[in-house]
Amino acid sequence: MKRLLLGIAAFAGLVLASSQAWSADKLLNASYDVGRELFVAVNKAFVAKHPGVTIDQSHAGTSAQARAIAEGLAADVVTFNQVTDVDFLVKKGLVSADWQKDFPDNASPFYSLPSFLVRAGNPKHIKDWNDLVRDDVQVIFPNPKTSGNARYTYLAATAYAKEAFKGDDAKVKEFITKLFNNVPIFDTGGRAATTTFVQREIGDVLITFESETRGIRKEYGDDKFEQVTPSVSLLAEFPVAIVDKVVDQHGSRDLAKSYLDFLYTPEGQDIAANNGLRARDAAVAAKYKADFPDVRLLTVEEVFGGWDKVQKEHFAAGGLLDQAYGSR
Amino acid sequence: MTTAPAQAGWRFRQPSVIPGFGLTLGFSLAYLTLIILIPLSGLIWRSAALGWTDFWALATDRRTLTALKISFGTAFIAAAVNVVFGSLVAWVLVRYRFPGRRVVDAMVDLPFALPTAVAGIALTTLYAPKGWLGQLLMPLGIKVAYTPLGIVVALVFIGLPFVVRTVQPIMEEIDKEVEEAAATLGASRFQIITRVLLPGLAPAIITGFSLAFARGVGEYGSVIFIAGNLPYKSEIAPLLIVIRLEEYNYPAATAIAAIMLGLSFIMLLVINLVQTWSRKRYG
Repeated sequence: MKRLLLGIAAFAGLVLASSQAWSADKLLNASYDVGRELFVAVNKAFVAKHPGVTIDQSHAGTSAQARAIAEGLAADVVTFNQVTDVDFLVKKGLVSADWQKDFPDNASPFYSLPSFLVRAGNPKHIKDWNDLVRDDVQVIFPNPKTSGNARYTYLAATAYAKEAFKGDDAKVKEFITKLFNNVPIFDTGGRAATTTFVQREIGDVLITFESETRGIRKEYGDDKFEQVTPSVSLLAEFPVAIVDKVVDQHGSRDLAKSYLDFLYTPEGQDIAANNGLRARDAAVAAKYKADFPDVRLLTVEEVFGGWDKVQKEHFAAGGLLDQAYGSR
Repeated sequence: MTTAPAQAGWRFRQPSVIPGFGLTLGFSLAYLTLIILIPLSGLIWRSAALGWTDFWALATDRRTLTALKISFGTAFIAAAVNVVFGSLVAWVLVRYRFPGRRVVDAMVDLPFALPTAVAGIALTTLYAPKGWLGQLLMPLGIKVAYTPLGIVVALVFIGLPFVVRTVQPIMEEIDKEVEEAAATLGASRFQIITRVLLPGLAPAIITGFSLAFARGVGEYGSVIFIAGNLPYKSEIAPLLIVIRLEEYNYPAATAIAAIMLGLSFIMLLVINLVQTWSRKRYG
């Protein structure tokens, strides 16, 4: 028996990990999946202004990030692409409830919108949301269940339908079901959907964040794809927040604040615009005006009455989104 | 056939000439508890938060059932395919000497080493309607990528080494002389295979099958790229778990996982029983 306990103790000894020291000149930024290029540029510019500071990045789907932080990932700041995922951290007591007031513009330093990308020459003449439900059109966007990007697509299409059918819920539902029936493949993430559309040459139109569609044209050439901005779309905010519980432990609140503030400076805004995101700063927005066509943007608050309601009515299990998949 | 010695009354410390029993058992127990037991009990504990009615509603939901059927069905088919062709590969590697044999032998392990996502993307590129193989199959009316067939292809790829690597060493142990003896005693080639070779190989083949099957049921990384992930058509159960997690619906996610765990456990148990039976029958 003694030997047995000794064995257990020996194992415990093996498992003991050394504790990690943390210093106040280090930040971990937990960010969304496709934000790598943006934050590489942002961090370089920020560190140039604050020598000796290290910014570590972690990129993944933001709901996965939020779950990881709730389970103990020590991220000082979050730069997400979905408000609901920050709200999840509020519920877990990691972020203060009025985080949207801590920074300007609802704590969203830049924004984007679901936009269309079609093949060169726009052979199927896709101009707006109602073209997507035509029988001869195949639409590519990732699975809204696993991709925040596609959740905005779903909401934007619903917002369009609500306007077009003047709030007739049955017709809205029919429209969305038709749209979903035109999707041949549901990839799990935005980049995977891009691959399906660009490299597998499947589908007539890809719907993704405008920042992505611009990136694709840069990567694969303007002559292969055309960007189509629909008449109306949905404002996609990219919320930022300080994770209070973590910065208090690390003593990194000041650095975290100046890091997120930096995103609002003309320099930070310029980097964002360069990466395809629409800037809040008027001067920067004017500078890049040619790149970003005018579009009427609705907000989740005005169309759906807030994210909480959207979550319950649309995204919960068995909600309107689940019904849209039909039973095929 | 050897008969096992009569079991003495069970005692905590089995008399053994090899020292270190207590030490190693204690270490193993602690290790298994940490690595397997605690995570699994955490899973059961979390899914218990759901309550029986909700659990039952979820377990009998058509979407859950279809996803489970697809996951277990494709894994079963893929494992069965691997049993046939994996055994054949093992046979070729063990019984014949040919140039490049070692290369082929090493190649079998590649699916172990390759990140599954890479495998999924590579297979999708090949089998997509515009891919090299896909465009050849398309005129024949065969669609592989974005159908359950694509899932089977991915799982066959992932599961092959499990069968080959379990069957190979056993095959090496069967002497050629045994076959020759059977032949001199007048056995036909078919009889040699069914009466001499297969009985000896059966336990290993069954182990290979269950490993490939268990691996296929849980496979996520490679499948999501090739499956197309259409609900009710090609949505696998592990994806459904991820979907529930994305809804922050931990109880539902863990409940599906618990169902999968239960089903896998039952199937592996049955396979083990079959194996014990076949050992007794042929061993």
